Amino acid sequence: MRWFSTLFAGGHGATVYTAPRTPAPSRLAMSALRFATFVTLVLSVVVLATAGLLAVGGFDVRVALAALWTGSIGSWYALTSATFVRAVPLMLTGCAVAVAFRAGVFNIGAEGQLLAGAAAAAAVVLAAPSLGIVSLLLALVMGAVGGGVWASIAGILRSRFGVLEVISTIMLNFVALYAVSYLVRGPLQEPTHAYPQSLPIAESVRLGQIPGAGRLHVGLLLAVGILMVAGWMMRYTAGGFRLLVVGENPAAAASAGLIDVGAVTFRAFLCSGALAGLAGAVEVLGVTFALYENISPGYGYTAIAVALLAGLDPWRIVLSAALFAALESGAGAMQRDAGVPSTLVMIVEALLILAVVVTQALRRRRVSAPSALTRADLVAGA
Amino acid sequence: MNEFEIIAPFLAATVRTATPLALAALGEVLVERVGIINIGLEGAILAGAFGALVGATAGGLAAGYVAAIGGGLLIGAVFAVCVVGLRTDQIITGTAITLLSVGATGTLYRALYGSSGAALTLPTSAPVPIPGLSSIPIVGAAFFAQPPVTYAAYVLAPLLAWWLVRTHVGLAVRAIGEQPAAAAAAGIRVDRLRALAVLTGGALGGLAGGTLVLAQAGTFAENMSSGRGFIAIAIVVLGRWRPMGVALAALLFGAASALQFAFQAMAWNAPYQLFLVMPYLLTLAALTGVAGRARAPASLGKPLS
Repeated sequence: MRWFSTLFAGGHGATVYTAPRTPAPSRLAMSALRFATFVTLVLSVVVLATAGLLAVGGFDVRVALAALWTGSIGSWYALTSATFVRAVPLMLTGCAVAVAFRAGVFNIGAEGQLLAGAAAAAAVVLAAPSLGIVSLLLALVMGAVGGGVWASIAGILRSRFGVLEVISTIMLNFVALYAVSYLVRGPLQEPTHAYPQSLPIAESVRLGQIPGAGRLHVGLLLAVGILMVAGWMMRYTAGGFRLLVVGENPAAAASAGLIDVGAVTFRAFLCSGALAGLAGAVEVLGVTFALYENISPGYGYTAIAVALLAGLDPWRIVLSAALFAALESGAGAMQRDAGVPSTLVMIVEALLILAVVVTQALRRRRVSAPSALTRADLVAGA
Repeated sequence: MNEFEIIAPFLAATVRTATPLALAALGEVLVERVGIINIGLEGAILAGAFGALVGATAGGLAAGYVAAIGGGLLIGAVFAVCVVGLRTDQIITGTAITLLSVGATGTLYRALYGSSGAALTLPTSAPVPIPGLSSIPIVGAAFFAQPPVTYAAYVLAPLLAWWLVRTHVGLAVRAIGEQPAAAAAAGIRVDRLRALAVLTGGALGGLAGGTLVLAQAGTFAENMSSGRGFIAIAIVVLGRWRPMGVALAALLFGAASALQFAFQAMAWNAPYQLFLVMPYLLTLAALTGVAGRARAPASLGKPLS
């Protein structure tokens, strides 16, 4: 177990509370090596855990793993039309969770914010289908606004009334779900009233597809771009730094850093919600082309695993989102080809999160031992 | 239709809905009184519900309840090992454990019983009217002609209240929640009590899940806990971390959920989603009114040292 945790927690392991380090050029090769080790380790844990669970469940492990492979990255079609298409909402919601968690905001409500964004975007393009690209852009913006507004409810409840956002965001997830359920059976339902969904949105307001990549749409570029910018902001901008400081130690941020903790926290709610809302908008405009109840198979919940595995670093979320997208795409294939319940990957995801938090805890323990020593160093230095 | 024809079923539905919420929330009171918040309660309820299914199909009602408690205990044990033993983050661990429970129960359910959706029908515990009390007009049948597990909740709430305030162990529990370092210095075995509290909370969550299956639905469905664990955590806040307050808060929630039956009986014309969403809206409203004013245990949710 010791070697395992050492490797797992090494270099670019996932840490919730420490800022991403920016390695000096001389250490770059070393950290790249450690990163590669980490990725290999995560992948082997995923494969071994899946295989183990399959074996325990009495399934044909080889058939099931083969299905997992072909359904996720085994072919160009699966890679683009299944895995990458799924990775887009996971990247955006993963980033939403990372921004919130970094600031010490436990936003478990990305799912509800995604639904709010999807509903807002669908409403915009259904109301104004003839404006083409303008409608499209407006829908993306309104999706982000919708998600932001939805998250800000929890933000206000926390700042004004001291309501724990863990509970309020989960409650808001249920409220959003029923609200969408009402919309697609009420005001936004298609005119024949036969199906609980909206009309398909006009061709002219859909996100363009990437040529030669099946169903994959330009939302992928948007998501990757946002992750790049978000990661850069967290590392190199004052705003990003304030976010991290507030998350690390709000008392210190307020007293020593001249930071308005309340404002930064509320902004974290807003940004987080906006990112999740954008995910919903992109999903409607690029994948489903209509609003219906089950528009998200739990992206907002998987996002927590995505963000944690990436150590809350937006740059690394590109990879962890792709990993989880591959897993969930493969899960569908496993169910089809090998009769394995697709819920099995939820177990794998949960085990991955637990592995991350356990290694973090073990690492904190090891690190905390010589704290007296470092303090003595500081005193001697001063 | 006269008022009694609405009120009596409404009260009965109130108590029926409140029972699992009260059981889960009473367990969570204990957990939060030692300074831990267990978001995995949702997972414990779900595991309990699934345990009830397995137990009841194998060995009838009693086995169902035992297996339900076992399922909740299992989830509680995982949480205790991670949070108390290894000092992992409470919120993230709880979230992961709920995910684990959703995945595991879903997978096992489909593997054992098939995903065709053919709902299994299980034996449900029949109401046991208490002689005398159950014949009180209007309220009698609602409160005193219930399955035995409801009476267990009636007993548990005052018992837990007494135990927390009047016994040495109860005092130790409260001390840990307020000031763990001082409790440890006073010779209280902090981690052992924390672990026991989490296990008890898990077991009660499991029993709550068992109640859903064995006293209400008579069947299991994937994800059937549908947020009750989170509502129970809100109920703890609403009940101000006191067992009797929590029991009353659970009844209030039961009433809010039961309103939908009453409204339906009155043929009130509104989107049905409005009724379904009511418990969640009420949770938010209740937390808004209470959360700031009630004082939580001082060490609640803080990283364990």
